[in-house]
Amino acid sequence: MSTVLTPVLTKFWDHPQSWTLETYEANEGYQALRAALQKDPADLVAMAKDSGLRGRGGAGFPTGMKWGFLPPPDGGPRYLVVNADESEPGTCKDIPLLMAAPQFLIEGMAITSFAIGCNHAFVYLRGEVVHVYRRLMRAVEEAYAKGYLGKNILGSGFDLDITVHAGAGAYICGEETALLDSLEGRRGQPRLKPPFPAVAGLYARPTVVNNVESIASIPPIVLHGADWFSGMGTERSQGFGIFSLSGHVARPGQYEAPLGITLRELIDMAGGMRNGHRLKFWTPGGSSTPIFTDAHLDVPLDFESVAKEGSMLGTRALQIFDETTSVVHAVARWTEFYQHESCGKCTPCREGTFWLKQIMNRLENGQGHEGDIEKLDDICDNILGRAFCALGDGATSPVTSAIQYFREEFEQGMTTPWYELFPPERSTLFAKESQPA
Amino acid sequence: MSNDTFHGEAPLHHQTPLQASEEPYADDVLEQLRTDAAAIIARYPQKRSALLPMLHLVQSVDGYVTGRGVHFCAEQLDLTTAEVSGVATFYTQYKRHPNGEYTVGVCTNTLCAIMGGDQIFDEVSEHLGVGHDETTADGKITLERVECNAACDFAPVVMVNWEFFDNQTPDSTKDIVDRLRAGEEVAPTRGPRSVCSFKHVSRVLAGFPDGLADEGVGAGEASVRGTLLAREQGWTAPGDERADTSASPAAQAEEGLAPGRHTSVNAGTNAPDELPKSKEDGQ
Ligand SMILES: Cc1cc2nc3c(=O)[nH]c(=O)nc-3n(C[C@H](O)[C@H](O)[C@H](O)COP(=O)(O)O)c2cc1C
Ligand code: SF4
Ligand code: FES
Repeated sequence: MSTVLTPVLTKFWDHPQSWTLETYEANEGYQALRAALQKDPADLVAMAKDSGLRGRGGAGFPTGMKWGFLPPPDGGPRYLVVNADESEPGTCKDIPLLMAAPQFLIEGMAITSFAIGCNHAFVYLRGEVVHVYRRLMRAVEEAYAKGYLGKNILGSGFDLDITVHAGAGAYICGEETALLDSLEGRRGQPRLKPPFPAVAGLYARPTVVNNVESIASIPPIVLHGADWFSGMGTERSQGFGIFSLSGHVARPGQYEAPLGITLRELIDMAGGMRNGHRLKFWTPGGSSTPIFTDAHLDVPLDFESVAKEGSMLGTRALQIFDETTSVVHAVARWTEFYQHESCGKCTPCREGTFWLKQIMNRLENGQGHEGDIEKLDDICDNILGRAFCALGDGATSPVTSAIQYFREEFEQGMTTPWYELFPPERSTLFAKESQPA
Repeated sequence: MSNDTFHGEAPLHHQTPLQASEEPYADDVLEQLRTDAAAIIARYPQKRSALLPMLHLVQSVDGYVTGRGVHFCAEQLDLTTAEVSGVATFYTQYKRHPNGEYTVGVCTNTLCAIMGGDQIFDEVSEHLGVGHDETTADGKITLERVECNAACDFAPVVMVNWEFFDNQTPDSTKDIVDRLRAGEEVAPTRGPRSVCSFKHVSRVLAGFPDGLADEGVGAGEASVRGTLLAREQGWTAPGDERADTSASPAAQAEEGLAPGRHTSVNAGTNAPDELPKSKEDGQ
């Protein structure tokens, strides 16, 4: 095995009081902020650029470059909004990070705000995780009490307030412009771009929207240097990231590793597939990224290599399914999700996901019609690239990739229900050992 | 977005009207609501941003989004009631009819469903005699299917009033609902010592801390596996080689920042290509 884990953000998650400011300070916490406040903000932006950090929220856009897009200060407010909506199926890294070590984010927000000239920053947290909201509010409170937030932070003259805001259940609010609308107290529907948030974001002011893990990675970068970070990972996908393994592996969990690690290595670390079973298909970056099969075990999990194989690194949400799983059933359920979560603003997605769902449901039940597979591909073709936001594109990923790799299972959907081909009780966590594999 | 049953036979554009409970708030309740609303509004540069937390606040008093709650929000934020209702009906956490004391949400998104979530939902639904978005006659439990709750490494997952119950089975979930109905205290896997009522957590979601943040675990069993494996194997992130930023002696003694630079793959597949396709970022 060539790659090893590189715990940075996950380093002290096993501490019994891992979430407190005290624990964080005992683990280098707020040393980076002290150092950052001595620097020129422009140097911090340059440092983020040099580190090679790319957005950890899915699209992989270079973080420092995004900060650099803000127009020059005009005396009015500029905002940092952290995207903690984490709702992409399979994605489960930001929530445990905020539960176990929320101060990484708070310190990262303080440094980023200083770098971009922001005095009021926001966290938009999905509303369905109430204990995480408690932890975040507590973390902010502790940081204020210690003078890491508020007026004249550490005597620097820099002021920052943080508001932690809870959403109310809507996947689309993870899309950055829908998130901004939601934060403004509206229905969460994507905005037309341009103007981009950097120019007209929250309250039509220059705004940086970044993922939790992107911002949480800033303090270690400031403390250890851009070179330290870019020394990990691959040439164009630098640094480390949290890889979330779920499903049919022996030890699902969060594994923080350099980008470029492979699924084979990760499954090995997770104790292999569950007993006596073998890998059938998986998502590299959540349900919106085209599925992979056992032929992709050795693809380096970095932005370029995964793209080259026809998928996306996304959020490193590795949902792993073994041979007991019906791919048609899995895709049908994801399709129901997209149909349910489509905000309805644009026709290709609103109508397209509705039709995809109808067809997937009949294939699932062994009642597919002649030509249904072609129709699925055709509908996807009409959504992809024509939808108003990336939710519509994402909805097509599981469908088209599953047809590509498992067409024969879709054909079986003309005659045989999924549960006859793949009895569901064999896939569950509580499946009896005695049940034949 | 809407509250329709997405796996069932619900009508295409199913809309339940907001219940027009117009009975005015008692004076003391109204006064408290006004004080709380002022505290929420003060968190934002623009008033309208207070709307989502204020709808959570309404639910913390009324148990769902009532007509009088809509009026209250509209009045406080200088919006029309139509604007407030339009927002309230967009988000799944806002209830249009009286909610049970506990919302039991079984994750039936693909991964959890396959890991057993479907079976859990079916058995619990039969056990309680209610379906998706329905409440037991005693007003205790509202059963729901929920989407991926960012806990897939703990699949199958059940959320009770938005607290995590990890690695569930049909029997464990039936046991939870029985105990909740019997008025017993029930502890989430990751969360406070016991689950609070729907109205209580709604108040937290409105941004009013309840002092329970320090209860419960940090990371759960699955979350921490990578951390423990790395420790066991002696794997660390590369130590900083620049003298001026080395860690404190205490930290070094504890973890040993050995320069174990990984040998990660700089595979030939990483040929330089264009900038990321940044449709999502659009930047
Ligand atoms: C439907 C949809 C859902 C999204 N959900 C999230 C999310 O929950 N968290 C997140 O950080 N980014 C999410 N994104 C991506 C954001 O739009 C945005 O790219 C990201 O927050 C930028 O942060 P980063 O550059 O630090 O990755 C989503 C995008 C789409 C289209
Ligand atoms: S693609 Fe879907 S989610 Fe995005 S704007 Fe269109 S309808 Fe809304
Ligand atoms: S699929 Fe259930 S928590 Fe992610």
